[in-house]
Amino acid sequence: MASSHQASGIQAARLDAVGIAENFSDLHPAYDAHEAAVAADRCYFCYDAPCMTACPTSIDIPQFIREIQAGHPESAARTILEQNILGGMCARVCPTETLCEEACVREAAEGKPVEIGRLQRYATDTLMEKGTHPFTRAASTGKKVAVVGAGPAGLSAAHRLAMLGHDVVVYDAKSKPGGLNEFGIAAYKSTNDFAQREVDWLLKIGGITMEYGKKLGADLSLDGLTSSCDAVFLSIGLAGVNALRAPGEDKNGVRDAVEFIAELRQADDLTALPVGRNVVVIGGGMTAVDAAVQSKLLGAENVTIAYRRSRDEMGASRFEQDLAASKGVKLMFNVMPKAVHGNGAAAEIELEYTEVTDGKVSGTGETVRLAADQVFKAIGQTLEGQPDALALEGRKIKVDANGRTSVAGVWAGGDCASGGEDLTVTAVAEGRDAAMDIHSSLMG
Amino acid sequence: MTDLTTEFLGIKSPNPFWLASAPPTDKEYNVRRAFEAGWGGVVWKTLGAEGPPVVNVNGPRYGAIWGADRRLLGLNNIELITDRPLQTNLEEITRVKKDYPDRAVIVSIMVPCEEQAWKDILPQVEATGADGIELNFGCPHGMAERGMGSAVGQVPEYIQMVTEWCKKYYSKPVIVKLTPNITDIRHPARAAHAGHADAVSLINTINSITSVDLDNMAPEPTIGGKGTHGGYCGPAVKPIALNMVAEIARDPQTRGLPISAIGGVTTWRDAAEFMAMGAGNVQVCTAAMTYGFNVVKEMISGLSNWMDEKGYTSTQDFIGMAVPNVTDWQYLDLNYVTKARISQDDCIKCGRCYAACEDTSHQAIAMSEDRVFTVKDDECVACNLCVNVCPVEGCITMEEVPAGQIDERTGEVVSGEYANWTTHPNNPSATAAE
Repeated sequence: MASSHQASGIQAARLDAVGIAENFSDLHPAYDAHEAAVAADRCYFCYDAPCMTACPTSIDIPQFIREIQAGHPESAARTILEQNILGGMCARVCPTETLCEEACVREAAEGKPVEIGRLQRYATDTLMEKGTHPFTRAASTGKKVAVVGAGPAGLSAAHRLAMLGHDVVVYDAKSKPGGLNEFGIAAYKSTNDFAQREVDWLLKIGGITMEYGKKLGADLSLDGLTSSCDAVFLSIGLAGVNALRAPGEDKNGVRDAVEFIAELRQADDLTALPVGRNVVVIGGGMTAVDAAVQSKLLGAENVTIAYRRSRDEMGASRFEQDLAASKGVKLMFNVMPKAVHGNGAAAEIELEYTEVTDGKVSGTGETVRLAADQVFKAIGQTLEGQPDALALEGRKIKVDANGRTSVAGVWAGGDCASGGEDLTVTAVAEGRDAAMDIHSSLMG
Repeated sequence: MTDLTTEFLGIKSPNPFWLASAPPTDKEYNVRRAFEAGWGGVVWKTLGAEGPPVVNVNGPRYGAIWGADRRLLGLNNIELITDRPLQTNLEEITRVKKDYPDRAVIVSIMVPCEEQAWKDILPQVEATGADGIELNFGCPHGMAERGMGSAVGQVPEYIQMVTEWCKKYYSKPVIVKLTPNITDIRHPARAAHAGHADAVSLINTINSITSVDLDNMAPEPTIGGKGTHGGYCGPAVKPIALNMVAEIARDPQTRGLPISAIGGVTTWRDAAEFMAMGAGNVQVCTAAMTYGFNVVKEMISGLSNWMDEKGYTSTQDFIGMAVPNVTDWQYLDLNYVTKARISQDDCIKCGRCYAACEDTSHQAIAMSEDRVFTVKDDECVACNLCVNVCPVEGCITMEEVPAGQIDERTGEVVSGEYANWTTHPNNPSATAAE
């Protein structure tokens, strides 16, 4: 018997398998051929298209949509993948509403952009379903490059380097590749094990060796890599998590949202995954929304996102906020955690209202208590375990426009590196561009 | 609601929308449904001579081209004239006309180019009580290979001869349906006129191959691996038909000859345009074949609304009104100067005007860093391409440069006086202005 929403505490099986399957189905179902043709027909083929400018990987969007419209989605896929080898995942997880689709002239004209993300998915899915890989390797250069971290930046760099003829070894601390594509991101954005299928497909380029369970600082050292390889690309992500710094943070039921999301993504049976009756998520970014929505989808009765600033400053896009609201998540703004109460296990969270003066958040003294048997911390991730030799910029590895770090022969990209937003698509762009720079440097 | 009653050749119908001779008018069953839906008249699908009827192919008869969302833009067919016995058709026509005395029923006919063939069939058609006949000199496929259809319509002498026979053996109006598969539509129209035709109808379908099956390397529609040209119709042919109607309407030799216009009429507006261009009524086929007979309801309401707005109380009020404004190129006013104007409020910054002008025209549109598009008056020749490619209706307009102002492209003051090529100094045969 499935337990009800009302069962208190952190419980598994709040929904049965049917309910879970329905809740975790594809957020944006794939187009069929006719839907794709109709959607593609809406593209105006803009000159110097604003959507393309808005894309961190600069995909030639009008070109690929025209290829779909003309009936050859495989060419469209190639147009996409030439710029963004993880175009399939980006089609699913990109916040298109703040990137290409926001820039679409039809958004300005009628508030309804061309559905670029779904069209990109149609093209890349069509090609990947054929099981073929559209790129081939250049003649071997005899050079060897180490990539640390098999997330979007690392995979993008590895593919580009392999394509250019270099031999690549990708190390990852985890037991499988994908980084946040595999361990982060809401499940309903990457259904049917897409992240792993995409990596398998990407590796068909050849020339890439994967080494799992290898952690920088433990199993690997930067010195070792620089001496054994011609170049090193670091894409180690942000392994640390910010703390609440509120009393009661150590109570049972309080945990990191990224850990919960990773566990959810790896779960074979979501009915077996426990979730609270009253869930409160602290934070305002995509991780907060992913944790909150998925808690609700697992069957939590009450889910609240508590964010310390106003709606406009929230990191999650309006689309994500609306998605959360549509699933029944309550959004609270201008509140910050003051304490978690409970006898051993969390039972309530005390939030203090805030005001923002000159960008600084401060408490007003007024508080409110919410029932909370589970509290997720989604207040940002931090760089952790980076080699000491590397100069930092703020709290990230300092890189120049080409991804070069302060250490010769070492490049970095993705969330661990300075510059750019922490998005999959940005990581792909950084990995690709660093690979191109590594190539010129090695061949120069 | 405005009364749309239209009289054409003395034949009254409750509206000017007739179904053209085609599959929709092949049988009593269809025609009754058409009349119930509101069609003003029908031209019954072409009858052939007594005897074994023609046979059609048993593979696909139609091919098409489509626009966005598979909107049908052009249709082609290789269907022949009616493949049902003559007597069956005649009996059905008689019954339908008797039951719908207020609707126009015209019988389309195609028999061999021999006087006896026409002499045989015409009294039988007359006996049905139908309001008139239409001579099918238009079908470009199949029947033309047997010396009928467009094979007749392409020879003005045959048109005149057969028309004369029909006037001799038939007492009611005779409409001659013209093929567009000729170089100058005025010649067959003049021949019909010379043969005392009461009216012409046009256009019949245009020779066409809609597409090629690239797997089988055969034209579509493909019948057992082969294809043939068919007759093209639908929205795509409307501009061709409009021009041909206008040519006949303004030809001094055929001026005043009633015209029933055919060719891509899909909405009330198409009908109003053809009628303004001199047609007394319109015939419709593809729109009905695409959407069913109910499309006539929009045509009726749309034409009626428009006539109300304009204060027209009868279709007679606007028929032919645009004809005097169709002229030859040489008489167009070369002192009429316009410039494109882009409404920045309406512009959505797609840049299509820029791409079109910069790549393919006169480099007369400037694009700023922040995607503001403006017209360079000193380069703009007023070609209208930017207006045509702009996805926002009304965003780019052509504004007249008033007399007295300088045309920045030529540096000359706009005179405001009419002047055309016939008097232009660059014209070797110009006649000096007195």
